[in-house]
Amino acid sequence: MDPIRAAMLKRSRSAKRERRGKLISLVCISLIVLVVAAIFFFVASRGLATFFDNKVNLWAFLSQSVWSPAVNDAHGNPQVGALPMIVGSFGVTFLSAIVATPFAVGAAIFMTEISPRLGAKILQPVIELLVGIPSVVYGFIGLSVVVPAIRHAFGGTGFGILAGTFVLFVMILPTVTSMTVDALHAVPRYYREASLALGATRWQTISRVVLRAALPGILTGVVFGMARAFGEALAVQMVIGNAALLPHNLISPASTLTSVLTAGIGNTVMGSLENNALWSLALLLLLMSLAFNLVIRWIGKKGEMKR
Amino acid sequence: MNAKQKDKLATVVLYLIAGIIVLILASLLGYILVQGLPHVSWHFLTSPARAFAAGGGIGIQLFNSFYLLLLAMLISVPISLGAGIYLAEYAKANRLTDVIRTAIEILSSLPSVVVGLFGFLVFVLQFHFGFSILSGALALTMFNLPLLTRNIEDSLRQVDFAQREAGLALGLSRWETVIHVVIPEALPGIITGMILGAGRVFGEAAALIYTAGQSAPALNFADWNPLNIASPLNVFRPAETLAVHIWKINSEGIQPDAAAVSAGASAVLILAVLLFNVLARFLGRRLYKKMTAE
Amino acid sequence: MKKRHILLGLLAGLLVLAGCSAPGSGSESITAVGSSALQPLVEAAAEQYQTDHLGVFINVQGGGSGTGLSQIQQGAVEIGNSDLFAEEKPGINAKKLVDHRVAVVGITPIANKQVGVRNLTVVQLRRLFTGEITNWKQVGGKDLPVVVVNRAQGSGTRATFERWVLGDRQPMPAQEQDSTGMVRSIVASTPGAVSYVAFSYVDKTVLALSLDGVKPTDKNVTTNDWPIWSYEHMYTKGQPTGLTKRFLAYIQSAKTQQQLVSKMGYIPVTAMTVARDAKGNVIAKQGGTTDGSN
Repeated sequence: MDPIRAAMLKRSRSAKRERRGKLISLVCISLIVLVVAAIFFFVASRGLATFFDNKVNLWAFLSQSVWSPAVNDAHGNPQVGALPMIVGSFGVTFLSAIVATPFAVGAAIFMTEISPRLGAKILQPVIELLVGIPSVVYGFIGLSVVVPAIRHAFGGTGFGILAGTFVLFVMILPTVTSMTVDALHAVPRYYREASLALGATRWQTISRVVLRAALPGILTGVVFGMARAFGEALAVQMVIGNAALLPHNLISPASTLTSVLTAGIGNTVMGSLENNALWSLALLLLLMSLAFNLVIRWIGKKGEMKR
Repeated sequence: MNAKQKDKLATVVLYLIAGIIVLILASLLGYILVQGLPHVSWHFLTSPARAFAAGGGIGIQLFNSFYLLLLAMLISVPISLGAGIYLAEYAKANRLTDVIRTAIEILSSLPSVVVGLFGFLVFVLQFHFGFSILSGALALTMFNLPLLTRNIEDSLRQVDFAQREAGLALGLSRWETVIHVVIPEALPGIITGMILGAGRVFGEAAALIYTAGQSAPALNFADWNPLNIASPLNVFRPAETLAVHIWKINSEGIQPDAAAVSAGASAVLILAVLLFNVLARFLGRRLYKKMTAE
Repeated sequence: MKKRHILLGLLAGLLVLAGCSAPGSGSESITAVGSSALQPLVEAAAEQYQTDHLGVFINVQGGGSGTGLSQIQQGAVEIGNSDLFAEEKPGINAKKLVDHRVAVVGITPIANKQVGVRNLTVVQLRRLFTGEITNWKQVGGKDLPVVVVNRAQGSGTRATFERWVLGDRQPMPAQEQDSTGMVRSIVASTPGAVSYVAFSYVDKTVLALSLDGVKPTDKNVTTNDWPIWSYEHMYTKGQPTGLTKRFLAYIQSAKTQQQLVSKMGYIPVTAMTVARDAKGNVIAKQGGTTDGSN
């Protein structure tokens, strides 16, 4: 066979590399999916044992408000009512998102529309540093500054949803801000130019054109921040008070799914009801982050249609 | 109020918001540093911790933190690079890709204690790695992967499509285009993502308590043979990091100077993250210049 | 690209090398996991033992009594540390485990300094924790609402406290903290707060309460006049052998008990004039303990 023909028939080196490269990237992504599947399986198998092995009623788990797995109630059923934790988790998550959103959007507008130079020089590093501060440190600052401040201002012990909200607000601010910045950057330049050409002021352009076009992206950022807040453990645990009680108000001690999980997991014996009940909380957390993701996806779809 | 005034007002408000955020960080940093820096000395930075007497340092914990960070990055960067390339360049817009993306997002919003316990049961017990740097690094990898992957994918996507067309037009394959054209262009974004990931890894405690362990055996810094148990390089020794140390002395510490050690260690932790940030930004810029100016 | 391969290769090589060497390097190593209250003592003892006996490696980790007991039951570690009798923990088959009592810990109620009370009866203390007493003036103190702070459910300290103070009564749901350090700092800073900690954690920021006129001192514990105390257990699966046996003997030796154990704020088992079993029965000890003092 003549060499040219042979060379034409054989796969070129470039093509081989292409195949190998694609394979490598495929292996990487499969690895990640595998890890997630393993965690999911692991948490689900333990979390579901509460309902299948220990015969706890799922509805009772979600709607009862007494959490004391080691103690049986008058009917001999274990008391695993997760409602206080569910309320607490949603409380701090929504409140901190409500507080953080205006700040995050404001900062993002500042960085993209008002003063990109100052934004890149000062705000960007500041926000990256906020991410870098470990949650343990946030927790201790919350404990030594925020909690006493709330105690002085509103009375009570200072522990509670309000303190948790403050700490989480600072913690999710970078996430929401940087995603909002991305969303604003993604708005095409000619939108702004068209608006300004029509005689709109900068603020009119921002509020009526840029923000509106970037809305799905901003919402996605907010939901991301909420997902982060929902899963945060150490810092919240230090300031919320960890009382498995339905909160009466914002300054009475409450608890979140993560705080009860983190506090209790080392003290329970693997395979016992107490342990399984904690894993059920973890499963709930996992399902919630799934739900948050579905919301994000849904927002993304809606946003696409509008364009 | 007319439109002009509104515009002015909005500008002022936005400046105010930016100022408040900077102020929050400044006061956070200031608080930590003012509380902690008086306790930081050369002795504090280099001497080993004491279990029950005053005067302990954080030398070993500091080394462990950096070593663990390095290992976790060594494992997670290649994997997330591959995964990011797949998502940005090869993945088709279909159900499967949706599932993969959801999986990654879920991994990123997992509470760290769940990851820690998973690591404990799988790496420490099942794989017999024991309480070790390796187990800790693998657990940290699980945090780092989603963050880095998403960031790398985003950075790659932001590269103009014309760049890819140019690469392909030169006869490069898709993979070669990605490696030689797209990644160098996306590098600053990737570096920023790595800084953020590193910051998170550096401060992580809950996931390490059950994997890298909460004890820091004495190290022999003259022994660089990674096979010896006292060698700093050994990946099978238990390694308490700085963040875990802060957590531990605050929860069960019986040292008389626990509060001071904790404040000092927090200050060092923040300074390390700060330093890291500056350094990585500098390196990223240098690397970018070098790789694109050819 | 090439560099990445080299790095990956290096890393893999390092891991393989270390993996091969870890078990086969000839040095003996054991792992002790569990109770965070016992961890400082075991850690210090291990440190001393390793300095005296070169080539052994004792890895001490926390994680909580529940973790210690489940891991020793599964045989995943050599020693499981616990604040509680294995019989007291649901889900543990105590018959397979061998108990080694290495220390005694006294637990005292603590209150914020402003409450204006120094002594309580056991009944008053019980009512504080069941929620029947809601203001300190009901027990002769200041007009301050009572703020109860508990340890996390399942904690050894809490189990001991509730067993000897509450008996079979249920505590009211209240704040919970998962570490002694947090409990102490919250009680110190919150007006009207009351909680309980081990003796060694009492410092000048909080007020240790007397019960029925008996002060919380080591001496009162050794005679059982102060009833709220518990053993610190190190469990092995079956009879210990090799390094585990030698290390346990070292901790239980009269020398370690008298020097290290008391120096670190625990009460030596050898100093006790009474013994207690898992059901809580108190037996007066025969005079002939190893050191025979008192």
